Amino acid sequence: MKEQQETANRPDNTAFTQQRLPAWQPMLSAGIVIPGFVIIGLAFIGIGIALFVTSQNIQVLERDYTGVENNSPCFKCSDPSTKNCVCKLDFSLDKLFEGPVFFYYGLSNYFQNYRKYGVSRDDRQLSGRLDNFQSPDEGCVPYQYDANNKPIVPCGSVANSLFNDTFKLYQIVNGARKLVPFDGKGIAWWTDHNVKYRNPSITPLKNAFNGTVKPTFWSKPAYELDPSDPANNGFVNQDFLVWMRRAALPDFRKLYRRITEGDYKNGLPAGNYSLEIAYNYPVLDFDGRKKVVFSNVSWMGGKNQFLGIAYLVIGSLCVVMSIVMLIVYAKFKFPDEE
Amino acid sequence: EEASLSAEPRYRHWKVKANDRAYHHLPEFQRKVFLCIKKSKYSGNAIKTYKYNVLTFLPLNLFEQFKRAANLYFLGLLILQVIPQISTLPWYTTLVPLVLVLSITAMKDLVDDLARHRMDKEINNRKCEVLLDGRFQESKWRHIQVGDVVRLKKNDFIPADILLLSSSNPNSLCYVETAELDGAGTALIECEEPNNRLDKFTGTMLWRRERYPLDLDNMLLRGCKIRNTDFCHGLVIFAGADTKIMRNGGKTRFKRTKIDELMNYMVYTIFVLLILVAAGLAIGHTFWYEEIGSKAWYLYDGKDEDASYRGFLSFWGYIIVLNTMVPISLYVSVEVIRLGQSKFINWDLQMYFPEKDTPAKARTTTLNEQLGQIEYIFSDKTGTLTQNIMAFKKCTISGQTYGTSPSGYTEIITSPVDFSWNRYADRKFQFMDHSLVALIRSRKDKDALEFFKLLSLCHTVMVEQKEDDLVYQAASPDEGALVTAARNFGYVFLSRTQDTITIREMDQETTYEMLALLDFNSDRKRMSIILRAPDGRIRLYCKGADTVIYERLSPNSRHKQSTQDALDRFANETLRTLCLCYRDVSRDEYDAWARKHKDASVTMTDREAALDRVYEQIENNLMLLGATAIEDKLQDGVPETIAKLAKADIKIWVLTGDKKETAENIGFSCELLTDDMQIHYGEDINEKLTVRQANRRNEPLSSGRNRKKAPEPFFPQPGKNALIITGGWLVSFAQGPRRPRCGEMLQVGHVLFFPVQIDFVDMACECEAVICCRVTPKQKANVVSLVKKYKKAVTLSIGDGANDVNMIKTADIGVGISGQEGMQAVMSSDYAFAQFRYLQRLLLVHGRWSYIRMCKFLRYFFYKNFAFTLVHFWYSFFSGYSSQVAYEDWFITIYNVLYSSLPVLLVGLLDQDVNDKLSLKFPKLYLPGQQGLLFNYKNFFISLFHGIFTSLIIFFIPYGAFLQTMGQDGEAPSDYQSFAVVTASSLVITVNLQISLDTSYWTFVNCFAVLGSIAIYFGIMFDIHSAGIHVIFPSIFTFTGAASNALRQPYLWLTIILTVGISLLPVICIQFLHKTIWPSVGDKFDQKKKYEMEEEEKKKPPAFQRGQRSRRSAYAFSHSRGYADLISSGRSIRRRLSVLLRSVAQITSTQTL
Repeated sequence: MKEQQETANRPDNTAFTQQRLPAWQPMLSAGIVIPGFVIIGLAFIGIGIALFVTSQNIQVLERDYTGVENNSPCFKCSDPSTKNCVCKLDFSLDKLFEGPVFFYYGLSNYFQNYRKYGVSRDDRQLSGRLDNFQSPDEGCVPYQYDANNKPIVPCGSVANSLFNDTFKLYQIVNGARKLVPFDGKGIAWWTDHNVKYRNPSITPLKNAFNGTVKPTFWSKPAYELDPSDPANNGFVNQDFLVWMRRAALPDFRKLYRRITEGDYKNGLPAGNYSLEIAYNYPVLDFDGRKKVVFSNVSWMGGKNQFLGIAYLVIGSLCVVMSIVMLIVYAKFKFPDEE
Repeated sequence: EEASLSAEPRYRHWKVKANDRAYHHLPEFQRKVFLCIKKSKYSGNAIKTYKYNVLTFLPLNLFEQFKRAANLYFLGLLILQVIPQISTLPWYTTLVPLVLVLSITAMKDLVDDLARHRMDKEINNRKCEVLLDGRFQESKWRHIQVGDVVRLKKNDFIPADILLLSSSNPNSLCYVETAELDGAGTALIECEEPNNRLDKFTGTMLWRRERYPLDLDNMLLRGCKIRNTDFCHGLVIFAGADTKIMRNGGKTRFKRTKIDELMNYMVYTIFVLLILVAAGLAIGHTFWYEEIGSKAWYLYDGKDEDASYRGFLSFWGYIIVLNTMVPISLYVSVEVIRLGQSKFINWDLQMYFPEKDTPAKARTTTLNEQLGQIEYIFSDKTGTLTQNIMAFKKCTISGQTYGTSPSGYTEIITSPVDFSWNRYADRKFQFMDHSLVALIRSRKDKDALEFFKLLSLCHTVMVEQKEDDLVYQAASPDEGALVTAARNFGYVFLSRTQDTITIREMDQETTYEMLALLDFNSDRKRMSIILRAPDGRIRLYCKGADTVIYERLSPNSRHKQSTQDALDRFANETLRTLCLCYRDVSRDEYDAWARKHKDASVTMTDREAALDRVYEQIENNLMLLGATAIEDKLQDGVPETIAKLAKADIKIWVLTGDKKETAENIGFSCELLTDDMQIHYGEDINEKLTVRQANRRNEPLSSGRNRKKAPEPFFPQPGKNALIITGGWLVSFAQGPRRPRCGEMLQVGHVLFFPVQIDFVDMACECEAVICCRVTPKQKANVVSLVKKYKKAVTLSIGDGANDVNMIKTADIGVGISGQEGMQAVMSSDYAFAQFRYLQRLLLVHGRWSYIRMCKFLRYFFYKNFAFTLVHFWYSFFSGYSSQVAYEDWFITIYNVLYSSLPVLLVGLLDQDVNDKLSLKFPKLYLPGQQGLLFNYKNFFISLFHGIFTSLIIFFIPYGAFLQTMGQDGEAPSDYQSFAVVTASSLVITVNLQISLDTSYWTFVNCFAVLGSIAIYFGIMFDIHSAGIHVIFPSIFTFTGAASNALRQPYLWLTIILTVGISLLPVICIQFLHKTIWPSVGDKFDQKKKYEMEEEEKKKPPAFQRGQRSRRSAYAFSHSRGYADLISSGRSIRRRLSVLLRSVAQITSTQTL
């Protein structure tokens, strides 16, 4: 009575077309959520304790040397008219500051993360391309060419504002000043030093900078940044590299030197110290602050209690919430049972 | 005939001359196309549905795409980004995603268009026989022209809209004999201009100086297929682009879903938010610059701009930075998801109808989630709920009921009666009661013989002899069923002339002289025939509705009560009944009546009424013979489907052209109406409406305006209500003389009348079921739009025929029943499938899933973009409001494209909270969709706050961790690039784990996508941060070494873990508590078993509650006006074109061009 049944239009019978793909349907059931919270909470508390304890054991010595207050040793230097001002910051340690000790300078209210500041650089120039020595990138304006229309190398705001305070640390041993040796090698990222920033392959390096001028703020050209070590000049100068790596937040520290050598291998022994600061960098205009920080580190880096406390709080909250959830669950799922 | 033709001359515009190609190129049919180039207004038959060719694809497609606001917005952003003063992000951050979005859409368009190209080519090159130079020659479709005579064979597609001239079908009657076809140019058709109305065609044919009216029944429309007919001839009226189907394509009204609208508003909301945030930050920048920025010598940029101008620039800069708040890939992703969901509908084996090889088809791919929100279904009856097949089920003769086995023995007698003794028997006819056949064959019971004689005589069926078989053409399937039943029981209707009827009574042929035919009409509810038997006796046979018959029975008539009881039973079983009776008429009486009849039939004024009065005079003193019971066969699974949908709180309205009784009867048989319902009729509720109106008028105007007060229900008494109204009633209340038309309702001054419609809709919506009978196609559409307008509800219309087209197009979603005769409904529908019962799967499974998926998708999409973008906002407070971004530029570029899109796309495509079986089993699961609970402004803002919360965590936890720290090796890791790596990593992990939490159906694909996204993130990051790529592009990839340096630090990993933890744990906790305290319908599936048992309990035994007399007043009786006019007018059967051509080529929709 019917024509031969055709099935040309019959859809395929596959798990996919019929929406029957094998699947796992997880449920946020009490059996998973509540124990899960307990476990996560305990784990977080554990991590928190570890972080907190570690952080507690890290020694930090921080000194502001901006010289805002009258009694500050650097007060006289904070006057912008003073040139080549040197001030001394004395401090004493009553116990061994365990090594290796890292010495940082820190700036506050300093917006290295300001967008226009951040893009005011020429990465081609910094990777050693000579074309960009003669004609730096537009982005470097107003530090692209100087008043005589000569190209600035390294160009741009970031390079221009290179931090130029220098520090020398003396231990006062029996009234005599003993220089604590600073190690300035490898304080920048390996990748910055070896990949991202390259000097042009011209020797002597000075020749590469022919026809260019140093950044307006700088006192000496890039190829003379470190007279003591010819390899630590140009764009691969460690201090330059550290500065060029912009900080994420307006309060930041940057590594200045390590103390790893000689008598100070194991740290700074107890005693009196004097830090000699060549005060050059103006920050008072914009209400900035400068400081120095001595710190040692642990497996988790420098001292920061935030993370440990956060872990502890969250971990405890997890445990508390698991109890709350348990009560609520019991109340709503078994209303008749007490 | 005369009257109808005199009104014709308005179709002068479109003239077609048969077999005369030159005629159609005459100058009068030319129209100007371009400058002086003129072209015939008659299109050739070649079609062009494709949109693009090689050259135009790129410009046209881009133009089309940029017409969308979203794409234009991103183009604007791109332009902003290249302005150096405000460019805060490199151009590629927008360009890459934009190009990707555009190319995905372009790709989709290209694939579609290639398919159209292929299709066009294939169709244009189809072969067809055309009459050329006096003989039929094979020709390609594209060469066919208007006026050509074509010959089509069985299973051929119809190449154009053609006028059927002749066919091989023996019952077909045609204008033109095959031999005459070549008599070229003599037939001239005048008809309406081409239009897109599939349900309408009017024209006239001038043939041998005679005019013939033409209507849609004479036409075969392009796109259909010839069935059941060996070959036929036709005349091309409309070709190619003029055909109705082509006129219909493409220009369909664009339907949008509720979610579409909501989504647009949300995008606008986000946009406003974006502007506010950017403005706020710009102000922040102004102040910051004033206070700090201008004094910071190191920030000196050589520009002499004051703080407010900098703020202004910063505003635009922030617009660029925060542009990702408006999700660029939202629209394209939504499209992809909907396309996928449509494919799943097309692929669903459980909506595939094997008997007709018809799969379900989502013809519109943009409405899927709306299927999960349906509140009202408007269904056609015939062909949708019912099969339009009538079966003679039972009868009662002389008080004895046949067709039911004696109670208790139902199982025993199940084999159908064998009719092989009767060579005229129709083999498709089935009857279960053997005793009736035995009774008739024994010829003992005179009444039984008379009963079937009546059935074989008293009707207006036409008969055709086809080979050995008799083919009946009945005005209604009921009548066909009755005559066929008589035929099987040995009373075979053989032939009829204008005034005789020949039947075969068991073995002998008898010819009766037909003296009068008193045809059926809806007032009379009966038809009679007066016959003179060969022996000269005159007898009147009458069949009709019990109510009218019982009034006219002779007091001597027997078996009244027992027949009445049988009628009650039949009605309870939702069978359609007719009472049969006869009356002997004496010669004198007849002569006297015949004179009156003749007088009445020539009355000039109100002839109908005069005739009715005359009929009345002879139709009395009737002797009851018995009653028949006919089953209007339902489609498979209709009651179950309706019950399911009702449980899902979907209200079902049946809109039918049928009579009230029939409609009510069907309402009961498909369990739309149940015995525990209080049924209200249009007339009853008029009163209620009037009272409500009066109350409203008496109310003070101020409180009338105040719509907060919920109106008291119309049916205060508890229990279910049902409403049955007629089209006429609808008209009288909605468009009555006192009342303005719909469009004017809102005007002041008509305020009084405006609430009538609201009141009606309110009242109707209080009812569980509504049946509107005797409604015209237009009224069907009006009812739908009333509900749409006043209830703001999502409506769905389902129908199968041309008369449903209006309502299908009006409803939010139109569903066509495919595989039936006629394709009009399917052509104008959004979804098409073969059986009504698939509706439950479409709504409860596909609709529900689609809705849930789309909601999940949208919620997550807004969330993830907020979580992503607002980190910049928080960072602003610590970067001098300098539009510094918190992530690397490349991360911003790729985030939406690669790192976060695939898992959510898969959730949008594959997610299932419960599987299809449970979805169907627990229709209550459908409710959240109806109420729009899963996606609304509340959910939207929750998503936004969730996003804001996540962005807060993602910024401030790393912020805290970075404040004073240094790395393991003493180097300060607190640089910007490490920070960006940490926030980005936290973000990618968080959003991917968040979608994992939201995924309730974890397939390996989901797993792969989530892990893949995270892996791709790290992979790409390490590549971008690698030495090699920096050496090649030193100024584009500046994050060299950041990833490896940062992720070397356990401290930063701990930061990432904490960030992810704080982002996700509260969400889990809140979800869990929410689920525990306020479980949703779906959540209750923990106690599945409990639920199931409850359901089981609630399920009532479907036993008939017999003896209830609630339906007594509304017997369905099966009859409609027949061919009496034709028969008595004595017109040649050859002329009965408009009626019979219908059967010539069963038009079945087969494809959509």
